[in-house]
Amino acid sequence: MTTQAPSPVGSATPARTPGGIGESPARPDGTLKVTGQFAYSSDLWLDEALFGVTLRSPHARACITGIDIAKALAVPGVHAVLTHEDVPGLPYYGLDHPDQPVLAIDEVRYQGEPVAILAATDPHTARRALSLIEVTYDVLPPVTDARRAVFDPSIDRVHPDGNVVRHQPVRVGSADEVTADVVVVGEYEVGMQDQAFLGPESGLAVPAENGGVDLYIATQWLHVDRGQIARCLDLPEEKVRLTLAGVGGAFGAREDLSMQVHACMLALHTGKPVRMSYDRAESFLGHVHRHPAWLRYEHGATRDGKLVYVKATIVLDGGAYTSTTPAVVGNAASLGVGPYEVPHIAIDVYGARTNNPPCGAMRGFGAVQVCYAYESQMDALAAELGLSPVEIRIRNAVSQGSKLATGQVIDSPAPLADMLRRVASLPLPPSTVDSSGDLPGGYGNTTRGEGVRRGVGYGVGIKNICFSEGFDDYATARVRLAVVGGEPVVTVHTAAAEVGQGLVTLQQQIVRTELGVSTVLLQPADTTIGSAGSSSASRQSYMTGGAVKAACEAVRTRVAQRLGHSTVELVGGKVLAGDTIVDLAAAVGDEPIEETVVFRHRPTVPMDPVTGQGDSHVQLALCVHRAVVDVDVELGLVKVVELAAVQDVGRVMNRVALEGQIHGGSAQGLGLALMEEIQVVDGLVRNPSFTDYLIPTILDVPPMPLTILEHPDPHAPYGLRGAGEPPTLSSTPAIAAAVRAATGLRLRRVPIRPEHITHPT
Amino acid sequence: MEFVRPTTFADALAEKAARPQAVPILGGTDLMVGLNAGHPPPPALLDLTAVAELDAWAVDDDEVWIGAGVTYRRLITELGTLCPGLALAARTVGSPQIRNRATLAGNLGTASPGGDTHPVLLATGAVVEAASVRGQRAIPIDDFYAGVKRHALAPDELIRGVRLPIRRGPQQFAKVGTRNAMVIAVCSVAVALDVARRTVRVGVGSVAPTPRRALAAEDLASGLPWDGGPLDDDVARRFGAAVAAATAPIDDVRGTAAYRRHSVEVLARRTLAWALADLDRSEAWDGMTGRSEA
Ligand SMILES: Cc1cc2nc3c(=O)[nH]c(=O)nc-3n(C[C@H](O)[C@H](O)[C@H](O)COP(=O)(O)OP(=O)(O)OC[C@H]3O[C@@H](n4cnc5c(N)ncnc54)[C@H](O)[C@@H]3O)c2cc1C
Repeated sequence: MTTQAPSPVGSATPARTPGGIGESPARPDGTLKVTGQFAYSSDLWLDEALFGVTLRSPHARACITGIDIAKALAVPGVHAVLTHEDVPGLPYYGLDHPDQPVLAIDEVRYQGEPVAILAATDPHTARRALSLIEVTYDVLPPVTDARRAVFDPSIDRVHPDGNVVRHQPVRVGSADEVTADVVVVGEYEVGMQDQAFLGPESGLAVPAENGGVDLYIATQWLHVDRGQIARCLDLPEEKVRLTLAGVGGAFGAREDLSMQVHACMLALHTGKPVRMSYDRAESFLGHVHRHPAWLRYEHGATRDGKLVYVKATIVLDGGAYTSTTPAVVGNAASLGVGPYEVPHIAIDVYGARTNNPPCGAMRGFGAVQVCYAYESQMDALAAELGLSPVEIRIRNAVSQGSKLATGQVIDSPAPLADMLRRVASLPLPPSTVDSSGDLPGGYGNTTRGEGVRRGVGYGVGIKNICFSEGFDDYATARVRLAVVGGEPVVTVHTAAAEVGQGLVTLQQQIVRTELGVSTVLLQPADTTIGSAGSSSASRQSYMTGGAVKAACEAVRTRVAQRLGHSTVELVGGKVLAGDTIVDLAAAVGDEPIEETVVFRHRPTVPMDPVTGQGDSHVQLALCVHRAVVDVDVELGLVKVVELAAVQDVGRVMNRVALEGQIHGGSAQGLGLALMEEIQVVDGLVRNPSFTDYLIPTILDVPPMPLTILEHPDPHAPYGLRGAGEPPTLSSTPAIAAAVRAATGLRLRRVPIRPEHITHPT
Repeated sequence: MEFVRPTTFADALAEKAARPQAVPILGGTDLMVGLNAGHPPPPALLDLTAVAELDAWAVDDDEVWIGAGVTYRRLITELGTLCPGLALAARTVGSPQIRNRATLAGNLGTASPGGDTHPVLLATGAVVEAASVRGQRAIPIDDFYAGVKRHALAPDELIRGVRLPIRRGPQQFAKVGTRNAMVIAVCSVAVALDVARRTVRVGVGSVAPTPRRALAAEDLASGLPWDGGPLDDDVARRFGAAVAAATAPIDDVRGTAAYRRHSVEVLARRTLAWALADLDRSEAWDGMTGRSEA
């Protein structure tokens, strides 16, 4: 050991290191982002890089009878034109099941399916040459009705694996035998929502000297990308090195591969770096969306409003390929009755395969669709029983100790009844608005109050946090403590994807709290370290946060050992060891301490394939919304006046970031309630642009007062509860309920369009 | 792609005559979006933003002349009194960024059935000034729209500006979109009253292949309460129905034909009632030149 034993520096307790957990320090990438200097994946550039483009199917379903690349290849500046025959390894990829062709093989199964890729010296040449590739198609009638795809045996098979990706039943008690005083039945539909991130699918692939490839990419999960890419390229994983490039939003749409394998194929084939970046229309065709859903529910209750049974049949349209449909089905089934105690349950959820656009992960992941339906049912039940929407929910609310539909016991706080009482007791906004821009129709100047009716509605949702059903989605973190220029400095390395959620800030906060060091550097996320799992399922604060915390603890133990103690405290750049205080810099000296830790959540099990029973979830999170809307009932226009939320987050790690998550999730739920839908007709997307795929503007998003509760989860790091998804669930049904209250209409579909109000069917 | 940037309108006309294929550009908020979306690039862009004389407006007798390069922002902040309908429509266009950049002539050049200024230009009886090296002509707005995104300009012509009467009475504009801002019209209505003549003109947008007037509704002018008092429910209903009857809407991603017909009717009733209510404010509409306000 080269360090001298450090000498004590006094005994006064040092001041806590600022910027730790519970505070809201500035994001390390914040200034770059707001000043427009942050490099997103679409900004990557190398002088010698070629530009790669993708030829896509214009048809929802067709046989490919020929591909002629000769004319395109002859264009000066074109370096490569590749088809499925050029895929070096496995010609399929997929998150849950590799059934999606890297490039279409003999058949296309959705509009926009990649058929060929091309690299040229510049985007203009590339696009012009692309139009010279001649593909001949034998067009087939597409299978576009998900219910028929599942239930009609006479319908064509979309894929050799069949039209049902997963069927998951849930059976509790004897739902088919019991009777109830009051029964409500409803059929609901949820349209296809898009994640609508702003940064298009893009990245840069650079051939490596060892025959491998380096890929700089915006993704949600580097390691699962790498595994799929390596198999498709027929390379060992260590020859496929990924580095996270700046991610311009994700929301689930970057869990599946898009241009990753294509860029690598072109780079390896040409021996040159290849850049790819989708344009907006292509982006809408080039990533998975939220599953549209058809849901039929029957709720039975006693006269005093206690649920007796819930029966449901749910069809989720997964489109042409598997993607994450199996897990989305699992969520819809296990969370299909919502956060309510129900003695008898019979649910069947089907994930369908059709020739519609592929659907996969999006914030809320299967829990969103069912939440809209079961909450609509709770309102219908309340109306039938003459109870208030809040009262019926309180009478059936789960709490700690309750059983989910899967039989899993909720073993951490779940104060739903209290949350409902809180949201209901919040003051209501004034009954009239201040300016005409705040009326329904907004800046369109459509009303001065004519036809405007006020409505209030409630929504409650429950979301699983982390991956479920036996998935080992561990996270790895390396923490290195060194002395630089006389000061202790910590470097954190993980492969976790910062997608805008603020994980970079949180990692710094955790280190400051655990190691008492203010300077925390983050190494770029890449595959030279172990997996961090996906930035999805609201899991990264829990998982990568947990891994960084554990790695800090290991480093702290090493500091203690150096000083001959079993434990020490690290605060404000000092080491508190027993009665003495020494400088951390002196304790570390010129021998940095580095620890790499793999963190795991508690194990879960798959749902029973027949009964749906099993402890399938790691953690559960609740959010409650109250929506106040003004509806111009003559024009069918809606203005959300206020959207209040109560959410239990276990522990507030960073209030500013957390509020951003709850506000953002609520706004995304508002979008689903009122405007966001990929319109698909005969398998073809009608609105692949932000001109016609509308997302809420600041004039559509109302004030969103928040009540944030902190009931720690004893199983989770710091007691925290994943927070990004739950608000996306409950805001949609709350708004739908408020619109129903204002109009008196049933409104069995979201998004609610103006004509649903003016011309109800 | 060539790029030319004349500084005088005469030079611009000469350029346009020399290469009729050159495409004029002002704010670029339609043109560049189209190019980004893969529309074939034109052989040349004729940038008119350096032509100072186009970025101006003036009052001439009882008319306002608005240069081609005047932005929505200027329509709102400078012309709200003289041309209230146009300012109301401008306020509904896009976002602040778009309104800072995009122009009236650009809206006309695109001639989309959903362009927001068209109903107002129709309702106020505007005239489009088309110029070329051959000379200048005035195209009455009723003759300007030739089809979906087609207009009456000759290949060598540029829009120099638009002339429209200083308001002769209350004007209203309303637009339905499926979000509360930054949205293309599902339908729109402009109503302009001429108090002295006791006439009303109505323009509608996004409900037919071109923006158009609702002539049958205009014929109901004599039944309106010009001397004050409430608008009779039955007259309002007939007015709305006549506007709806003038439309030929389609189903598209933004709305159904049935919804368009319905909502344009509601908007027509409402905007007429608001315009008439403004009459009651006993303003002196007669002989108003607006000069003192310009
Ligand atoms: C985000 C966004 C939101 C929008 N929202 C709206 C909206 O709410 N309502 C609406 O109506 N529009 C909207 N638009 C469309 C556009 O802003 C308007 O049509 C605008 O008026 C176009 O003006 P510009 O100066 O940008 O035209 P440019 O794009 O420069 O030109 C448009 C067309 O006019 C031609 N042109 C230009 N100048 C002349 C001239 N002097 N003589 C002859 N032809 C000429 C051009 O060649 C081109 O064909 C929106 C656009 C965007 C990008």
